[in-house]
Amino acid sequence: MSESDPNKAAMSVSDHVMIEIRGMHKWYGEFHVLKEINLIVHKGERIVVCGPSGSGKSTMIRCINRLEEHQQGDIIVDGVELTDDLKHIDQVRKEVGMVFQHFNLFPHLTVLENCCLALIWVRKMPRRKAEEVGMHYLEKVRIPEQAKKYPGQLSGGQQQRVAIARSLCMSPNIMLFDEPTSALDPEMIKEVLDTMIELAESGMTMLVITHEMGFAKTVANRVIFMDEGEIIEENDPEAFFTTPQSDRTKLFLSQIM
Amino acid sequence: MPLVHTPHPDLPPPITNVGVIGWLRQNLFSSWINTFWTLLASYLIYLTIPPLINWAIIDANWIGDSRASCDANQSGACWVFIAARFDQFMYGFYPESEYWRVNLAAILLLAMMTPLFLERFHYKAWLAAAILFVYPVVAYTLFAGDVFGLMDVETSRWGGLMLTLVLSGVGIVASLPIGIVLALGRRSNMPIVKSLSIVFIELWRGVPLITVLFMASVMLPLFLPEGTHLDKLLRAMIGIVLFQSAYMAEVVRGGLQAIPRGQYEAAQALGLSYWKSMGLIILPQALKLVIPGIVNTFIALFKDTTLVLIIGLFDLLAMIQAGFVDAKWLGFAIEGYVVAALIYWIFCFSMSRYSQSLEKKLNTGHAR
Repeated sequence: MSESDPNKAAMSVSDHVMIEIRGMHKWYGEFHVLKEINLIVHKGERIVVCGPSGSGKSTMIRCINRLEEHQQGDIIVDGVELTDDLKHIDQVRKEVGMVFQHFNLFPHLTVLENCCLALIWVRKMPRRKAEEVGMHYLEKVRIPEQAKKYPGQLSGGQQQRVAIARSLCMSPNIMLFDEPTSALDPEMIKEVLDTMIELAESGMTMLVITHEMGFAKTVANRVIFMDEGEIIEENDPEAFFTTPQSDRTKLFLSQIM
Repeated sequence: MPLVHTPHPDLPPPITNVGVIGWLRQNLFSSWINTFWTLLASYLIYLTIPPLINWAIIDANWIGDSRASCDANQSGACWVFIAARFDQFMYGFYPESEYWRVNLAAILLLAMMTPLFLERFHYKAWLAAAILFVYPVVAYTLFAGDVFGLMDVETSRWGGLMLTLVLSGVGIVASLPIGIVLALGRRSNMPIVKSLSIVFIELWRGVPLITVLFMASVMLPLFLPEGTHLDKLLRAMIGIVLFQSAYMAEVVRGGLQAIPRGQYEAAQALGLSYWKSMGLIILPQALKLVIPGIVNTFIALFKDTTLVLIIGLFDLLAMIQAGFVDAKWLGFAIEGYVVAALIYWIFCFSMSRYSQSLEKKLNTGHAR
């Protein structure tokens, strides 16, 4: 895929709000990790979140599927508000897939079993049907031939693609990526990014924490910069990289580019 | 001038590195210190092994039916004693006419367990469930009788290896699940569940098993309401199970702690509930990690069952001791203890080997 705009326009964004975060705060004990976060994500949007480590970006997206609990404000995912209600949490997790920095595949299960497990036990799908779905997505990430292997036998890039397939099996409407390429060797980053670009082209709503600025430029329709638990800047990629507003963003960009 | 690389052909290793001579050099005589230890060890083996073989096999008394046949030749072991008492070592005071019931139960168990070791048997889960839930009922019915026209055999007559296996079998089968539940409880976020688990574990781990058995056999009846009768064997069993499950809990907890947080999070993100993520993701990995610790506890439990002697239950060791303090066979303690050691060793070593093969089989090559 090229860096030109027409391609990007092909990925349509609708008015339907998928994620709405209003005045969200979070503390770890006394430590105020997230301050007054406001964010609206529309269906089909690809948002890249960047910022220095410890800026709260991971914590923010982990609040969206309730791996972390927020203490103030509202998070509404496709019309469902995240509260202590387990039913709501289950409903949200059904909508939201997540890909982690360290893959977090289940090492005691084969690649295919990793993909089918939740289909069988959460969606109550018959095993045969689940395996069909699993193979379908393994083909999508182009590693169907590894289905019978264990995660420990695959390269990092392959493992991360399995992790993406595993999430996609649950047919989520939103995908969260928490630094998906940070733990990979340089020559494996591209295969994972290519998979993510294809996913973006299919119209998936994506929230991606990454320092791959090339990816942000090509795929994102918004870039968010966070520092010290706050959203400092939010802009379309073009403007974000060429005319950053705040000094903090300028400093950050000068350090990573 | 450019350097051109010509590949070297594969050469055979020097003769001193292979074969018997190579092995000896590398392993036994690689240095002066190694040579010294090799010679010293050989001398010690020479000192101990031939006399042992003489005593146990060559000079031993194999044939006869009373101590008279052993008294003539006192330089060898008296295996006649073992042969004469063998039934009691196996069955305790179980009535001789009913031995078949114990044998049948043993054969049934072996027959049920064999398919579990076959690679291509597909109903392992069902069979395992049958062994865990149906077999104990069948075995108890066979042992205790009093139904289907079987003669009533009180638990006080159960003994020998049979009793050892009943106690350790029940102990092993019951302590693992209770231990798992306690370990999960101890790591739970719910304060009441957590503190109950901690209190339970620390209480049982803090007292010696002998104390537990004494309490179960002597003190517990004092607290029970008048007229309630709780079988002595059952009381000992409950004591052993609770005691060992506290140890098991800590072993399992060690495994749970070794599982990275990311595994819990991935399971949650996929929408798995607490019990499903524990049962499908966390426990299979955690238990696999602590197989050595679990089997260690099983082996300790197997040997600890000998302590029931002090509350008047006659397990294998107690039956053997009862044998050589019998006036008819006085003085054959060594033979008795050798046999006891051998039988315990066979069982414990089998458990150890099985756990090693299990570890190998479950290894999925994931280096963490």
